[in-house]
Amino acid sequence: MTDTVSIVIVSHSPDVAKGAADMVRQMVGEEVRVAWCGGNPDGGLGTDVAAIMAAIEKVYTPKGVAVLVDLGGAETNSEIAIEMLSDGRGAHVQILNAPVVEGAVMAATEAAGGASLEAVRATAEDF
Amino acid sequence: MSEELMRALIAKCNATIAAHADELTALDRPIGDGDHGQNMARGFSALAAAADEIAPLPFGQALQKAGTALVMKIGGASGPLYGSLLMAMGKAVEARPAGTKAAAAMLGAGIEAVKARGKSDAGAKTMLDVLVPVQEALAAGATIAQVRDVADAALAATKDMRATKGRAAFVGERSIGHLDPGARSATLLIHAICDVLEAK
Repeated sequence: MTDTVSIVIVSHSPDVAKGAADMVRQMVGEEVRVAWCGGNPDGGLGTDVAAIMAAIEKVYTPKGVAVLVDLGGAETNSEIAIEMLSDGRGAHVQILNAPVVEGAVMAATEAAGGASLEAVRATAEDF
Repeated sequence: MSEELMRALIAKCNATIAAHADELTALDRPIGDGDHGQNMARGFSALAAAADEIAPLPFGQALQKAGTALVMKIGGASGPLYGSLLMAMGKAVEARPAGTKAAAAMLGAGIEAVKARGKSDAGAKTMLDVLVPVQEALAAGATIAQVRDVADAALAATKDMRATKGRAAFVGERSIGHLDPGARSATLLIHAICDVLEAK
């Protein structure tokens, strides 16, 4: 199996994040690894840096990880989570400037063909 | 010495945020997503719970660790902002800054990190609209009483600003007339720090 860029979905809502991940799996298949997280550390709406780090680590590959985020805190918390990854892995993780659901599906579609993180990013952001 | 101060700062900041959590959330509801008070209270309560690990560290390291605690527990946009503020302030110093000018330099390093993290600057109706004038006052040698006045005036000035950053930017013109919740929490924390420094 060729290595593909992985996808991480970060939403304030675990239901939104899981739903977007389900759509990616159904539309693109299982060859692209997708992880998701949502909710603050108490389980309410929000985001959780530790959970974002865990989601990235779960599907991490040096080929690259594309992160899709929803509103404000999801982006800033994802930036912090990427900076806090050990062993320089953050250099292979990028936040895409694209809507969560559409961006995740487009990114995964591009990634399934073995594209680089830059190509995945361009496809999702041009959508 | 530094340990005692850090313990007092953590306890006072946590108590202040806990006492004002409902007020912060009420401010956040019309122009944000209505979670600022609860998020801040969760973060500062986690910070207080870690006081035994944080307070004995050298001052700069303690600030960095406090920042990490906030980042990991606040859960909203204010986590990375307050976390980045403290982490950058902690990286800028080893020991407690000696004097007002040194404190201003430390706060300035934190403010630069907040600007970078939030891709923002003063004038966008955020915590920076309090932090920047307070830093400038410190750099000019302000007393504790003057710092309090500068913070209060800066907070009041956010009321007539139009938000261009964060969730409040979505409501645009309708953000005018509301105090900014991040500016309010920053003002509360500045008063809490002033209280501790005055009591020493």
